[in-house]
Amino acid sequence: MRYLCLLYGDESRWEKVTKAEMDALYEEYVALTDDIKRSGHHLAGDPLYPTKSATTVRVRNGRVSATDGPFAETKEQLGGYFLIEARDLNEAIQIAARIPAARTGCVEVRPIWEMGERLTEDTFSAYRGHA
Amino acid sequence: MPANPRAWLVSAGRFKAIDGLRRRARFDASLGRVAERLEAPVPDGDTGDDSVVEDDQLRLIFTCCHPALPPDAQIALTLREVCGLTTEEIAHAFLTSPPTIAQRIVRAKAKIRDARIPYQIPSPTDLTDRLHSVLHTMYLVFNEGYAASSGSSLTRADLSREAIRLGRLLVELLPDPESVGLLALMLLQDSRRRARASATGELVLLDEQDRALWNQEQIAEGRSLVERALRSRRVGPYTVQAAIAAVHAEAPNAADTDWPQIVGLYDVLMRMDPSPVVELNRAVAVAMRDGPEAGLALIDRIFERGELLDYGLAHAARADLCRRLGRTIDAQRSYARAFELTRQEPDRRFLERRLAELGR
Repeated sequence: MRYLCLLYGDESRWEKVTKAEMDALYEEYVALTDDIKRSGHHLAGDPLYPTKSATTVRVRNGRVSATDGPFAETKEQLGGYFLIEARDLNEAIQIAARIPAARTGCVEVRPIWEMGERLTEDTFSAYRGHA
Repeated sequence: MPANPRAWLVSAGRFKAIDGLRRRARFDASLGRVAERLEAPVPDGDTGDDSVVEDDQLRLIFTCCHPALPPDAQIALTLREVCGLTTEEIAHAFLTSPPTIAQRIVRAKAKIRDARIPYQIPSPTDLTDRLHSVLHTMYLVFNEGYAASSGSSLTRADLSREAIRLGRLLVELLPDPESVGLLALMLLQDSRRRARASATGELVLLDEQDRALWNQEQIAEGRSLVERALRSRRVGPYTVQAAIAAVHAEAPNAADTDWPQIVGLYDVLMRMDPSPVVELNRAVAVAMRDGPEAGLALIDRIFERGELLDYGLAHAARADLCRRLGRTIDAQRSYARAFELTRQEPDRRFLERRLAELGR
């Protein structure tokens, strides 16, 4: 099953980070990525530019509105993601726990809804069940 | 993972007669060894082997208490699938409606299916954390039965009995020292059940309880379990709390309790699992050892940090120490605050009585 791991953290901490700290963290992410590529878990993953660079797009009544910033002002912001392949949630949690962001912020693990050509009755009822 | 999680959760019904199952005792197996054995893949079908049934039960417990499920769903799922309570019985115990419980269970099962929560014993590296989640759920069930969070009945014995039954099952299946410690803690607390409420349903505090009403059989079992957990040399917070309960159980009355020992155990607990509530309990034990003034200073220090200000029991404890020091106005103020914060009827009646006594 594919899982999307969303990396959240307080991005204001980057304001005080030193180059050496940033280098060390970067190396850690490169090492983790290599590791989970070798183990076959890694499908995709990227860091994101801070939310200052974000644009939120909404369409209401057929009109597109684009606004500055992330969709919600929160204490912790989405800073990156990994798309992984894992046997089940337990394995996904084990991998998510190895992501450095889990130490300073948190990692949200979301199962991917594998889209088929059409919406199946099962997926529909799963969505309804969670609502 | 079975192809159809619904099917296995439904078929799990066959485990409901847990008391009737014959099981091999494995009291001395170490956690690691048990875990390695359980790492084996899920066998197909029921071979009729006891160990397969046991492993299936453990898988069921770990799945129902998976930390990815909300705590109230873990409780409902465990009570239904492991203990075999009906939705109506669970709703009654938690003073809520059967549709609410049914929906909680449906949502939990949907999450198990959609997020693919596996039906398995955690790997050795995760086992300690995951076991903690199971023990926590079990203790929540026990406490809900022991100190109902709202409503008029002081104890809902059925839930506590279920938690103890689950505790016994877990100790048999996976004899980790903390599982043993939690079972001991539940037995020792439950041993005081008959003494905790007066004939009219009023709360009776530990120091005023008729100790002849304590269940000596449960105390003996609890004490031997505490000793067993302590011998393991891997002592955790539940075992320390059980040890504290055991010291109380040995004492002929409140005054002759080994308070220095209890304070020492709270010191250990503070190092292992510090929290303002543990600090409060320690303060009360210090008051018994060194006098009310010493305890009061410790409680006020917690309040000064802005902690436990909304916790009724903290104000009640403070009020009691002020009362013993003869600081009537201070005591009245704290009892009144405790009363405002308390929802349980017997506790409210107790606080009302204390307020009335001070008013005279």
